[in-house]
Amino acid sequence: MELEKIKELVSLMQTNDLSELEIVDGDNRIVLKRSWSQTGPGPVMVQAGPQPMAMGPATPPTEQEAAASTNPDENLVEVVAPMVGTFYAAPSPNADPFVELGRAVDEESVVCIIEAMKVMNEIKCTAKGTIRKVLVSNGSAVEFGQPLFLVEPD
Amino acid sequence: MFSRILIANRGEIALRIIRACRELGVQSVAVFSEADRGAHYLSQADETICIGPPEPAESYLNIPRIISAAEISNVEAIHPGYGFLAESAHFAEICRDCKIQFIGPDPESMRMLGDKVEARKLAASAKVPTTPGSENVLNDEDEAAKIAANVGYPVILKAAGGGGGRGMRIAHNEISLRAGFHAAGAEAQAAFSNPDLYLEKLVENARHVEVQILADRAGNVIHLYERDCSLQRRHQKVLEETPSPGLPSDVRDQLCRAAVRLAKTANYVNAGTVEFLLDKDNKFYFSEVNTRIQVEHPITEMVCGVDLVQQQLRLAAGEHLKLRQKDIKPSGVAIECRINAEDPANGFAPCPGPINEFVPPGGYGVRLDSHVYAGLVVSPRYDSLICKLIVHKKTRAEAIATMKRALKEFKIGPIKTTIPLCYDILSNRQYLKGKVDTSFIERTW
Repeated sequence: MELEKIKELVSLMQTNDLSELEIVDGDNRIVLKRSWSQTGPGPVMVQAGPQPMAMGPATPPTEQEAAASTNPDENLVEVVAPMVGTFYAAPSPNADPFVELGRAVDEESVVCIIEAMKVMNEIKCTAKGTIRKVLVSNGSAVEFGQPLFLVEPD
Repeated sequence: MFSRILIANRGEIALRIIRACRELGVQSVAVFSEADRGAHYLSQADETICIGPPEPAESYLNIPRIISAAEISNVEAIHPGYGFLAESAHFAEICRDCKIQFIGPDPESMRMLGDKVEARKLAASAKVPTTPGSENVLNDEDEAAKIAANVGYPVILKAAGGGGGRGMRIAHNEISLRAGFHAAGAEAQAAFSNPDLYLEKLVENARHVEVQILADRAGNVIHLYERDCSLQRRHQKVLEETPSPGLPSDVRDQLCRAAVRLAKTANYVNAGTVEFLLDKDNKFYFSEVNTRIQVEHPITEMVCGVDLVQQQLRLAAGEHLKLRQKDIKPSGVAIECRINAEDPANGFAPCPGPINEFVPPGGYGVRLDSHVYAGLVVSPRYDSLICKLIVHKKTRAEAIATMKRALKEFKIGPIKTTIPLCYDILSNRQYLKGKVDTSFIERTW
């Protein structure tokens, strides 16, 4: 958040006699608080929150379920993460991904790696068919049960 | 202060920790199992991570999954709550190895105090009275019989590796001692992977009185007075109150100072509770140390005016105690009723299932710590505690009246709960006189 913007917010607070202002804008969050001394309002404290990681959202997943039910991919089977960790699409940084769109897979196919506690776990597909969608990007954090791929079953 | 921590727990204590974090400006990351997906308390955390299916072994007890969640969410510390991994020295050690601060004592203290025999030796070295009994783990039943003859029956065999009533056998004579020896060992092996037993003289009709302590890394230890937790059923507390009714002030003083002495001797840091048994003559004996925040911590918070969970966060972040012993000035009486999803009219059968009606009590002096709401489904996988109802008033009579009033207002359905049992306890003449002990509930109901 640029300094000019912060100065604007401070001025806004002072003009309108606000004691606290919290703004959340996507991944950015800023909290400004004015301390109150005996002689009146004191200096404004700025507290910028660290960038939260894009992960499982804190909102109840009923919204996600509702979205899924109107999804045209209803006939596709989800391959979900069996553990918590970091998703890697390829066996090593410069290698080709394990699978791509259109690849035929079965229950023996390794589809990705999930790194957990410094251990690289090869994740096997849980369906027999064709990869139709890759749902997570390389290097992103995944939680247990998070859908990784959509497979069109044979 | 930490900027972000992970909460390795669920339900009401996870919510409690989230609240403390919010007030301190600390970001909270809550892990959850599939059974807790969608629970409202999770939306109070800044981030949530699903770590596994409902089974505790695959989720809340699963160290690799919890550590993995901590790593991907870049937290500086983990609060283990109570239960689950809260008293696992192994988990605390792994946190340390992974450079994540465990919010609690050091693994070494946890290991020492978690071994009941070592804890007894430590108490003795700190000049804290212990019940007469074996100094070490018993080698065999002959040694048990010899020591029992010395200290006098009745005696109790206990597991060195854990508590909660498992691996325990009471014996009134040598025959029952020998008979119980092997059964207790087998139970201890099953529960704690450790068949070791020790022996103590049984304190009959004891009162359970525990002392809350806080300790920092500079060696400062303070106490926040006592809690009376005598009202138990099968070693599970039902109702707790502070101050302990009828406890003479000189006994209180000695008890609290003994707890501080023990904590100092153990180089304890963070929050902890030292448990004692009191006999009918108000003589007290060390029982064990709980190296975690306890379920009943709110009653201490109310009378002492200290946020214990925030203190835990501060102490773990390296702050020194800003509170001095003279700053702790307890005021009034606080009582907590644990409300479980169990049917007291049906042998306390667990009552999991959906809650359709939830009308919580309120008003002056009432505090409710609960993650529950209408629409929540109580899972059969986890313990049955659904609410903690706490009251704080100037006198015990007022606190009891307020608690009864609050219990009457409280509507939870259609599942059955222990609200009627709590109400009955508060109407019982012995309870009102403050004359109860750990056998009271089982004798009376």
